[in-house]
Amino acid sequence: MTVSLRSALGFAAIAAAAFYALVVVPQGGDLTTMINGSIYASYAILALSLALIWGYGGVLSFGQAAFFGLAGYVYAVAGLNLGDTALAALIAVASAAAFAALLGYFMFWGRVSDVYLGVITLTVSLILYRFINQTAGEEWTIGAAPLGGFNGIPSTPIMTALGKPDETLMPEQIYALSVGALVVCYLICRLVIATRFGRAVVAIRENPVRAELLGYDTRFYKLGIFTLGGAIAGVGGVAFANSVFVSPTMFNLQTNGQVIIWVIVGGLGTLAGPVIGCFAMLSLSTWLGSLDGGGWTDPNLVMGVVLTFCVVALRKGLLPTALGLGERLFAVARERMGAPKLGEPRAAEDRP
Amino acid sequence: MTAAAPLLEARDLVMRFGDVTAVGGVSMTVGEGELRCLIGPNGAGKSTFFKMLSGQLRPTSGAVALRGRSIVGLPASRIARLGVGVKTQTPSVFDGLTVMESVRIATDALLPPQLARRRADEALERMRIPHLAGATVGLLAHGQRQLVELAMVVAQAPDLILLDEPAAGMTGVEVDRLGDLIVELARSSSVIVVEHDMAFIRRIARTVTVFNRGQVLAEGPAAEVMADARVRDVYLGKDAA
Repeated sequence: MTVSLRSALGFAAIAAAAFYALVVVPQGGDLTTMINGSIYASYAILALSLALIWGYGGVLSFGQAAFFGLAGYVYAVAGLNLGDTALAALIAVASAAAFAALLGYFMFWGRVSDVYLGVITLTVSLILYRFINQTAGEEWTIGAAPLGGFNGIPSTPIMTALGKPDETLMPEQIYALSVGALVVCYLICRLVIATRFGRAVVAIRENPVRAELLGYDTRFYKLGIFTLGGAIAGVGGVAFANSVFVSPTMFNLQTNGQVIIWVIVGGLGTLAGPVIGCFAMLSLSTWLGSLDGGGWTDPNLVMGVVLTFCVVALRKGLLPTALGLGERLFAVARERMGAPKLGEPRAAEDRP
Repeated sequence: MTAAAPLLEARDLVMRFGDVTAVGGVSMTVGEGELRCLIGPNGAGKSTFFKMLSGQLRPTSGAVALRGRSIVGLPASRIARLGVGVKTQTPSVFDGLTVMESVRIATDALLPPQLARRRADEALERMRIPHLAGATVGLLAHGQRQLVELAMVVAQAPDLILLDEPAAGMTGVEVDRLGDLIVELARSSSVIVVEHDMAFIRRIARTVTVFNRGQVLAEGPAAEVMADARVRDVYLGKDAA
């Protein structure tokens, strides 16, 4: 399959998925579906951010949820104080990007190695978790926003229609907004990867020493992609804040671990794979939770088995494995249609 | 920057790793368009010397100037942009990219897109590997990977090219071609080559510098240096004398 055909098919698949999510699902979708759909889309944006920086930039952030949670809290606090939710969302995403830039500056200019980078990012996320967790009580109030400690901020404001501060969006609108944000973030990632900057980022992942020797300041490129990843995770955090409300779980170890699992299961080195992995794992988890199968359908147990299976059997992840299979079928079909490989007999005609 | 400054001037370069002195006070001057060979036994400090020139290592002491401008302490990426191209000892390439993508990474670093594309095409022609343009670098043979790395370096048209054992792992025909290529490169750039293959050196070099134990043992025209008894002693072994 040629690259252009593959990329055209890829875009067609994304368009079909977006159409399904935005047009088909809301038809007859009940409130639970809408809210779950919004949560899944928020998490998928978070998965996308890690797919970008890990899969393309080679930067394994073990604490990607730090930016997700930070943006969520900034959105809630700014929204409660300013009243303008669109502005609050912008501030939130900008804060996540700025925080990623600051953290990235110290890590990349300090030439921290990959393993320590994972440890540092996870630690930062857990520090935020511990900090937010203990903010119960009157003294932890920022303006009109009580941080709420362990309980989070149940009064997290829901986005309002642009220019109409009294018109709070309905769950199906929040759903559409979250899915729309996911599609936009995906397209931004695709665009960035295709630029000169994006190609350099991939080259640096492949061989940082060679890239340096060709004149690329690798710190700058890593910082750039890490900051973009922080911003995208921030978009996910704002979407999550609108789907439910912000709480310390946004930063915790489980959230951080899950994102990595989604990326591995979906396929490291692709953008759509981790999004698919996220939706698949979350749907499976929700479905398992609804079953009454005793201990055997415990979501965590089944997730563990699925992850193990993916790491052992589908080493490249769902999407690359499926694409590889599709390509092989395509080649076989072409052969059968009467395009034999050079030097081979027309085997297709000999068979019934 | 003065007009009289040589392209490269290294003075009293020292590199110590703990108690080990890898390079112990090397001075070398390379002029515009010069083709210089560096020889010496393993561990003589040739690769370490290269790494100090390219910015991969910061010398313990000493000075390196490119056209009179000091480059000590600059990051490798800055030195590359100032016109120093490096081919490392083991091929340092982008295994996951195609040959064309790799060479485009090299030209994109310095040139606007259209020119970058043309220069990438030219570099592949020059290495005689246009047929490999779409091949994934990680799947190529060792000698071909060497050529891909060279293509990336050459595509940037650096003023100074450092080649660390470029002929390693190449077949006889490839080595012959490489020799012609290096001589051709030296028409537009200055080239320093580290090599072990004496026949290869005789063929391409005009001036040879001999390293031994982190110091310059001898320097001069190839024939003269190779006739030097001290050089034959340390480099070729006493049997050759």
